Amino acid sequence: MKRLNWKIWAGLVLSLVAGLSYEFVFIRWPITRDFPWVNLILFAAAMVLLFLGLRRAFKPDKRIVAKIFSSLAAALGVLLLAGFLFAIFVFGRWLPASAAAPQVGQKAPEFTLTDPNNKPVTLRQLLTEPVNNKPPKGVLLIFYRGYW
Amino acid sequence: MRGVENNLPALSEAGIRTVAISVDSPEINREYMLQKAGYTFTFLSDPKLEAIRRYDLVHAGQGEKGADVARPAEFLIDPSGTVRWRMMTENLFRRARPEQILEIAKSLQ
Repeated sequence: MKRLNWKIWAGLVLSLVAGLSYEFVFIRWPITRDFPWVNLILFAAAMVLLFLGLRRAFKPDKRIVAKIFSSLAAALGVLLLAGFLFAIFVFGRWLPASAAAPQVGQKAPEFTLTDPNNKPVTLRQLLTEPVNNKPPKGVLLIFYRGYW
Repeated sequence: MRGVENNLPALSEAGIRTVAISVDSPEINREYMLQKAGYTFTFLSDPKLEAIRRYDLVHAGQGEKGADVARPAEFLIDPSGTVRWRMMTENLFRRARPEQILEIAKSLQ
């Protein structure tokens, strides 16, 4: 009876888990987000499984179908790894230089923007209106990409 | 954002007002950030990128349908209007940690 080449399937599934678990799980904690070491370990394990599965499928007694399917599975796993590396280490670094952004020690440019109640709010207001019933000690501005 | 929200009591205890700025409309901020996501700090809308441009944070073509958005950046500004700390991340997936911001905040007079 021929046995299932479980390593190739486990390798493929693990590659999927390794890639997707970053966005859905490990992005939540700074320690696993800032550098995706958990995902890279999962990918490393997946690559080992795929390699072992591929080696088994290419033994002379195995059928051509097994060779084709495991090659496809291995290629897909490698593609997932490549996509993951690209997203984190290439796409993630595509940011503008922002050379003229205010430096530490410089004055923060004044602005008037709209709050969720459609009221205009100035930086000056933010810096003077009380926080916790006391004059504020500072304002933390967080610029972000937006919800969409 | 979630990390900031979790540290909001400590931040306001330290006298820090937290304000998020993006190109999103007041309606989206109200509906998604306040009502749906449950954030309790201030969200300001900059759809014309006035402040975002003044702070040189425009990330061209990265928004919905190629719209311009802000790149992620954080600034801590003291009451005199001076920047006391900033974080301009080099990678989208690396952000300032709230504990780090809190540490700096406590050092402000």
